[in-house]
Amino acid sequence: MDIPLIGITVLWTFLYGYLIVASIDFGAGFFAFYGKITNRDHIINHIVSRYLSPVWEVTNVFFVFFFVGIVGFFPQTAYYYGTALLIPGSIALILLTIRGSFYAFGNYGSKDSKVYMFLYGATGLLIPASLSTALTISEGGFLEERDGTVVFLAKELFTSFYSWSVVLLAIVSVLFISASFLTYYANRAGDSEAQHILRKFALFWAPPTILASLLVFISLQQHNPRHFYNAIELWWMFALSLLCFLMATWFILKGKRFGTAFILVMLQFFFAFFGYGASHLPYILDPYVTIYSAYTNETMGMALTIAFILGLLLLIPSLVLLMKLFLFDADYVKGKK
Amino acid sequence: MELDNVMLARLLTTTTLAFHIIFATIGVGVPVMISIAEYIGIKRKDPHYLLLARRWTRGFVVTVAVGVVTGTCIGLQLSLLWPSFMKIAGQVISLPLFMETFAFFFEAIFLGIYLYTWDRFKKPLYHWLLSIPVIIGSSASAFFITTVNAFMNTPQGFQLENGAITAIDPIQAMFNPATPSKVLHVLTSAYLTSAFILGMIAAFQLLRGKTDEYYKKALKLTMICSFIFAFSTAVAGDISAKFLAKHQPEKLAAGEWHFETEEGADLLLYGILDENNEVKYAIRLPKMLSFLSFNDFNAEVKGLNEFPEDERPPVWIHYMFDIMVTIGVYTVVVSFLYLLFDKLKRFNPHNKWLLWSIVLGGPLSLIAIEVGWIFAEVGRQPWILRGYMKVAEGATTADSVGLMFLVFIVLYIILAVVCSTVLVKMFKNKPAEAELEYRFNKW
Repeated sequence: MDIPLIGITVLWTFLYGYLIVASIDFGAGFFAFYGKITNRDHIINHIVSRYLSPVWEVTNVFFVFFFVGIVGFFPQTAYYYGTALLIPGSIALILLTIRGSFYAFGNYGSKDSKVYMFLYGATGLLIPASLSTALTISEGGFLEERDGTVVFLAKELFTSFYSWSVVLLAIVSVLFISASFLTYYANRAGDSEAQHILRKFALFWAPPTILASLLVFISLQQHNPRHFYNAIELWWMFALSLLCFLMATWFILKGKRFGTAFILVMLQFFFAFFGYGASHLPYILDPYVTIYSAYTNETMGMALTIAFILGLLLLIPSLVLLMKLFLFDADYVKGKK
Repeated sequence: MELDNVMLARLLTTTTLAFHIIFATIGVGVPVMISIAEYIGIKRKDPHYLLLARRWTRGFVVTVAVGVVTGTCIGLQLSLLWPSFMKIAGQVISLPLFMETFAFFFEAIFLGIYLYTWDRFKKPLYHWLLSIPVIIGSSASAFFITTVNAFMNTPQGFQLENGAITAIDPIQAMFNPATPSKVLHVLTSAYLTSAFILGMIAAFQLLRGKTDEYYKKALKLTMICSFIFAFSTAVAGDISAKFLAKHQPEKLAAGEWHFETEEGADLLLYGILDENNEVKYAIRLPKMLSFLSFNDFNAEVKGLNEFPEDERPPVWIHYMFDIMVTIGVYTVVVSFLYLLFDKLKRFNPHNKWLLWSIVLGGPLSLIAIEVGWIFAEVGRQPWILRGYMKVAEGATTADSVGLMFLVFIVLYIILAVVCSTVLVKMFKNKPAEAELEYRFNKW
């Protein structure tokens, strides 16, 4: 059994989980702020906050889980990424800190503060951009090893076409995922006004999402041909992703089956994300770190796997309970509880 | 002090931890108090206690948020600022780190449920039951993360050969000699600090002339808990001292200004150390250090001079030790006096002096947490992994650590100010009396 491969797949799955839940969260913050400045907050904000309040902390844990897990399974990544990501990582941390705390200050403390709302909404778009630099760096070309130390080529990153196309994709996908989820949520709540606005948001962000994806593909070919041709071999994953996108957009456009539409959006990103991940392998950081070179020792790998399985046995029922109480409880969603 | 990368990385780590620890301590201790209050409220059908639980919870959520985000910061900063350390130690400590996130996950899920289901169950006890997983989650994450810190103090469960780690035993690494005493001390002091902070709020309201039964009940409950936890903290502290004497004698020696190895060593309280390493103005308790270390007045205690100069911790940690112990004793005395006054009907437990002492105890216990951690952490200098890796070998080589240090300081100052303002405003705008009226008028 190829434990490093299993390890990275599990971590990748968690990152995918974070991608979905965090996108909903980040986008929701932005829409809430946008609603506020366009004076439509009374229509959509209660939908947003009813969903977010019980789950925002859980969203954050997905992220923590991923970075603790990757350092655990692949300690070498801490060395390379740790050095390279000091600035982008710190910026992401600062944004996450502002966002998380001001969400709580705004939501539980002084409601209706425009400043809090702005901080919370704006950071929601900047965080995906800053986190996506980690993915960009993984393609190689932004790090160099000189005299035994790792040097981060910040200038290269800021002037790279590839890196900007990834940032663009991160932002528009966040808005698209979030809007399609909130449309579904508003629909379940029977709130047709909110649904109307959110559906428009979803449709608005659909074309940029697919355009940005294409842009990333094109720039990847220039930046890392090896990865690009690996991805071409997995063309069917990306084809499925596109198909899911078209179907989802169709349902949203027709204004029916929003639940199915959201599942299709999830699948769209599932195929794209896993297609990207699979074609990236075996590298974690091209060309320095592979899942085999960075893999922790056997004993720790086994211990982590066991801990992981036991942890999941605890987590899954708890998550199901959380979703049952807040996501799938019709009365709660409608605001009757 | 030279502001190189090592020093800057240390400063940034210190700042983040010092800020996080305030919220982390509250995060571990307050759920216990909330749960106790809610349970009493349900059992006695007393709306005062139920309201206590609710109001504490409301303030708690805001502090949790800051705790979560600063915890995320320190989690990632470990790799950002100490990449070489994580590359080596990550192979041994990733199990407890990983389990900590599970505990954190568990807590996050149930806290979300707890917060939004106050009135959703027919039986109030069901809601109370949800507080149990929150406590388990928060205390378990404190447990796991403390084992990591304990490991850095007394590393074991691996072998280091030419920079490569072999023969790893994750369980042995987790349950290293420092683990029991550290975990015990961390948990009891977190419970104590939280109880005292909540007691401080009640005492302050009483001082402001509020007379409602609500505040008196709050004060009594928090002071009973404070006394129990303060006593347990003292016991845990004693166990920690005995652990130090056996496994980290250089930390105890530096903390106690004990330079020469001797039998029947004296315990020093307070005092200052002049430039010739002469102790002045200290209170000397004959043979107490030996007794404290080994339960034997004539036991031999290792002195600091036994250690090579470049492996000695700085001697200023003595002051930290003094402050921590003094505040510890203060909390025992104040909570005991309150209970005594309350029991013997002769004195008024709500007299001004006692209430002010309780108010003072809140910030003091937070200070004790801070200086206690400074003592523990600076006391293992120059090591990052005692006996294996020095701090200087673990720090990042990246540029801009100084800039990040400044940015984070600004961030934490803003957070501290806004968080305090929000908390004060939350409760000022909605006094307990009014809330009691509208929420529980059915009683």
